Amino acid sequence: MNVLGLYNYWIVVVLMMTGFYVVIAQNNLIKKVVGLNIFQVSVFVFYISMSKVKGGTAPILDPGIQVYGNPLPHVLILTAIVVGVATMALALALVVRIRHAYGTIEEDDIDAQEEEP
Amino acid sequence: MAVIGVALVRLRDLFGVVMLSGLFTLTAASLYVVMDAVDVAFTEAAVGAGIATVLMLETLALTTGREKVTRRRSLAPFLMVVVTGAVLIYGTLDMPRYGDPGAPIHQHVAPRYIEESGREVGVPNIVTSVLASYRGYDTLGEVTVIFTATAGVLALIGRSRRTRRRKGSQTTGGDQDAR
Repeated sequence: MNVLGLYNYWIVVVLMMTGFYVVIAQNNLIKKVVGLNIFQVSVFVFYISMSKVKGGTAPILDPGIQVYGNPLPHVLILTAIVVGVATMALALALVVRIRHAYGTIEEDDIDAQEEEP
Repeated sequence: MAVIGVALVRLRDLFGVVMLSGLFTLTAASLYVVMDAVDVAFTEAAVGAGIATVLMLETLALTTGREKVTRRRSLAPFLMVVVTGAVLIYGTLDMPRYGDPGAPIHQHVAPRYIEESGREVGVPNIVTSVLASYRGYDTLGEVTVIFTATAGVLALIGRSRRTRRRKGSQTTGGDQDAR
């Protein structure tokens, strides 16, 4: 029963491995970006679940409330979400350029074109 | 969420993949509400599920909507994922339990924020006061990253062709909204 208290980490690990699998096993570049997105969300869930305190509420000051969640991970993840979207825009722009240069967004097709002169 | 993730792996229609990805992020946002992080849930729903999905749909419009059908199944990536996951789960055995008020993360600087920020900053929302006051440098760094990403997007697809220029400016418009 002691070990069951870790279930939030296990959910995170399962989600993270799903994203990891998409990134390393799929051929399509857009799908890889989506996989990175899943991976990223799993890290967010990890941080937020660490900030939860049993019986606490959202960290907004109110005279009637004694126990609050930890506000610091919330701040870090707010920053990380926005940065994540900015870097994802950059990755998608790279995909668009690759499509222009090679006419495809499948990785093995790109490899084949690279090998023939 | 795990079900949506598996569906993402199986699905070959990229439009469906992008829509499922938005749904996945929205589910994550509701999970944040359950874990008392309302500000994060707002941002994730607006930026993560909204703007990210729009950006991906634009990319689909510029490229192609179908994934190629050939599919060589290989066991190596799956094995690697399973091994990594097992190692990570072994690593969690030492972590503090979910919701434990005595966890190390709640001991260091967080109590000070909770006790003093109301008096020092004067904003009832602790997340806001930490973001804008105590850790303002983080936000400055965030803006720097967004600026760099915007410059990169412009350099990549902004000046290639006249038709592309229009799309490029739209993409960076999304970035500025995110800021």
